[in-house]
Amino acid sequence: MIATQFIRVKKLNRRSFLQAGATAAGGLMLGFYLPEKSPLAAQTSSAAPAKLNAFVRIGADDSVTLMIHKSEMGQGTVTSLSMLLAEELECDWTKIRNEFPLVDPAYGAMMGAYGSLSIRTSWMPLRQAGAQAREMLISAAAQKWGVDKSQCRAENNNIVNTASNAKLSFGSLAEDAAKLPLPQVKLKDPSQYQLIGTSKKRLDTPAKVNGTATFGLDIKRPGMLYASLQRCPVFGGKVASFDATKAKSMPGVKNVVQISNGVAVVADNTWAAAEARKALTIQWDEGSRANTSSASLRQMFADLAEKPGANARKSGDAAAAMSGAAQKLEAVYEAPYLSHAPMEPLNCTAVVTDDSCEIWVGTQIQSVAQQTAAGITKLPPSKIAIHTEFLGGGFGRRGGADFIGEAVEIAKALKGTPVKLTWTREDDIQHDTYRPASYTKFAAGLDADGWPVALTGTVVCPSFGGLRNGVDSTGVEGIVTHTYDIPNQDIQYHPPDAGIPVSYWRSVGFSQNCYFMESFIDEMAAATKKDPVEFRRRLLSKDPKNSRYLNVLNVAAEKAGWGKPLPAGHYHGVGIVNNLGSFNAQVAEVSVNQGKVKVHRVVCAVDCGQIVNKAGVTQQIESGIVYGLSAALKIGITLDHGRVQQTNFNTYDPLRIDEMPVVEVYLVENHENPGGIGEAATPTIVPAVINAVFAATGKRVRSLPIKAESLA
Amino acid sequence: MAVVKFTLNGKAQSVDVEPRMPLLWILRDVLAMTGTKFGCGGGFCGACTVHINGSPVRSCQTLASGLNGKSVTTIEGLSADGMSHPVQRAWIEEDVPQCGYCQSGQIMTAAALVAKAPNPTDADIDEALHGNLCRCGTYQDIRRAVHTAARYRRAQIPADEKAQEKGVLA
Repeated sequence: MIATQFIRVKKLNRRSFLQAGATAAGGLMLGFYLPEKSPLAAQTSSAAPAKLNAFVRIGADDSVTLMIHKSEMGQGTVTSLSMLLAEELECDWTKIRNEFPLVDPAYGAMMGAYGSLSIRTSWMPLRQAGAQAREMLISAAAQKWGVDKSQCRAENNNIVNTASNAKLSFGSLAEDAAKLPLPQVKLKDPSQYQLIGTSKKRLDTPAKVNGTATFGLDIKRPGMLYASLQRCPVFGGKVASFDATKAKSMPGVKNVVQISNGVAVVADNTWAAAEARKALTIQWDEGSRANTSSASLRQMFADLAEKPGANARKSGDAAAAMSGAAQKLEAVYEAPYLSHAPMEPLNCTAVVTDDSCEIWVGTQIQSVAQQTAAGITKLPPSKIAIHTEFLGGGFGRRGGADFIGEAVEIAKALKGTPVKLTWTREDDIQHDTYRPASYTKFAAGLDADGWPVALTGTVVCPSFGGLRNGVDSTGVEGIVTHTYDIPNQDIQYHPPDAGIPVSYWRSVGFSQNCYFMESFIDEMAAATKKDPVEFRRRLLSKDPKNSRYLNVLNVAAEKAGWGKPLPAGHYHGVGIVNNLGSFNAQVAEVSVNQGKVKVHRVVCAVDCGQIVNKAGVTQQIESGIVYGLSAALKIGITLDHGRVQQTNFNTYDPLRIDEMPVVEVYLVENHENPGGIGEAATPTIVPAVINAVFAATGKRVRSLPIKAESLA
Repeated sequence: MAVVKFTLNGKAQSVDVEPRMPLLWILRDVLAMTGTKFGCGGGFCGACTVHINGSPVRSCQTLASGLNGKSVTTIEGLSADGMSHPVQRAWIEEDVPQCGYCQSGQIMTAAALVAKAPNPTDADIDEALHGNLCRCGTYQDIRRAVHTAARYRRAQIPADEKAQEKGVLA
């Protein structure tokens, strides 16, 4: 049936460019071959590549295609996953092609890229897929030659007969190999790795320097219209009534559609839709949150912090230890709501017919996108095709499907017409699913020598990850997960009903809690004038399980020159974190001039277990540091009358190039299981900077972003 | 609607659009040239940077009515093969992009810089690229790549032109 074939129109100009470019680049790998995503065509065309398993296609022309089942949002997944496959397949690195497949159970129940899990969840399956394909090709060759498999080996897209030196290309064997059963395979020992653990350039770079990389926003479908949606400025508000007379009279406007989340103008280009949207007259039912302000929320959080909360971590007897302590410290730490603000504004293109729904989108979780569309269209998931495009940044924002649901609702109202919904930057900043604000009240008891004997904390942080025994782990991770030797601890948690949409933001709860915890640890060290690095060493050294953690602390301190003289006016601060199966320590070098904080240099030591692509890990550490620095120094969401006060990059202004410190990354190499890396470095930079600011000024910053007036 | 005639990547171009329509959306939605990116619509992020008569401008702030007779260069027109401009070569060599969305704008701004400044300092680079946001945090790689691009460009320029440029800039 035509309606269920999801045929993608080829862009011949781009494809022919890529082919021409392959020669000009002198063998540099080029990314994206544009496939015809037609299941029917794949079955009937004799030229179709042979499918060796869920991940590997091999064409008669020797091309190897890897199905990339994780989104590429900048984290280098396309490159590192290709390395995993090629390591075992023994294929020519320059011939790998990549394709983002449709949703399929073979790619996991929750197909997508989230939680810094792409390498961790691909590490075994992709090496196995490569090894399986290799063994099937070897079996096919052995049968052709009538020799034993042990006489054959794979090398550079060929199977070699080791006795005769005869060769058969992958392409010539693929069709036969694909008919063989999936074999049991043995994976390489780390000592045999040729690609894993090396430093490789990204496969997607060439397409990203000439405008040919296709992001969600770049999709154009035949007959497509463009939509812009006016949402209620107050969260939870609804349309009471609206008048679209003026909007409909504006140039290029084709339709005005009310959906569950607002009123959409549909026009023949993006700008016309956004302009006409301004001419809508909408009466809102603002709901119960129209009086929310940052001050009212802060009061709500502070009041809750005085009440007993759910038990998030308890060991020993914190109350007794606290009352017997030689010295007691108390501090309240606060972090604001944060918008993700990826550079590509949210967008989604959808077409809905009576029996199908087709979507083109940069999404982090294809399965959720499909489920969302199924809920709206009432179609079975098998009739909903999610075409994944490059993501112009994700950071957790594109794990949500609110924007996808909106586009599907509009497309459903305009049945048969493809519609692209584009959010403005103002929409993005004012209608995000935010990193939640948090208010955390700490106390610590120190013994006569200044070592902590008790830690108590009450965390007030809106919940979005679900409550288990009254606790949302996303609210307390980083505080309940630290491994410092503090014998008596009592951490409690409250989820306030703040009415602001919240969700995953790069490094999630660690993004604020690592700051709270690592800064409060610094306060403990400062209380008896102990060196912050030495203080941490002592609190980590008792438990041998902390050895990798301790090591990154030592490497960062040594490489940064901790304790050695710095330029006049420059000071060091340190932060460490154990998250996502990885460990990193950062030392920031800052100066403070009339309240203005300048970060000069950041040294980061990271142990993420087995590294796949060194260059990729380094990029992600630098990236995570910049993302966290914006939160430490510059950005925050505030509310008044239920409305977000920030509008665009003038009032929500992330780190810019002239504020960029020198970042040095030191990788600890080992063969431990791979850890996550995309979010690892974001939390650590915040306390490193805050603690350096304390060293510089004697002032302890307990709420973000840093305000110059608080330091002047 | 009004007919606007300008030069786009070296070729004559004519479009019939609303006079207030920004160049960004003429490129993206009317001409299907999507290499130029929408980032903020307010001139704050630089993702939509193109060259007009050789200077970097924000295409989201450039209206159709002002385009007549102008020469516009976009990322698609920076080099014939999409990779040989010194800035593109440097971006590939230094492997700058992550998500890549802001990079067209970064590259167009950098190309205008190295055309003027044969040997830019870090401070020159920071000043020129201050208006180009990158949320992936590729700034350190961008700095390095601009130095590399300037080196590639110096190697292309004959000695007499170099002397001339030095004189102009001094």
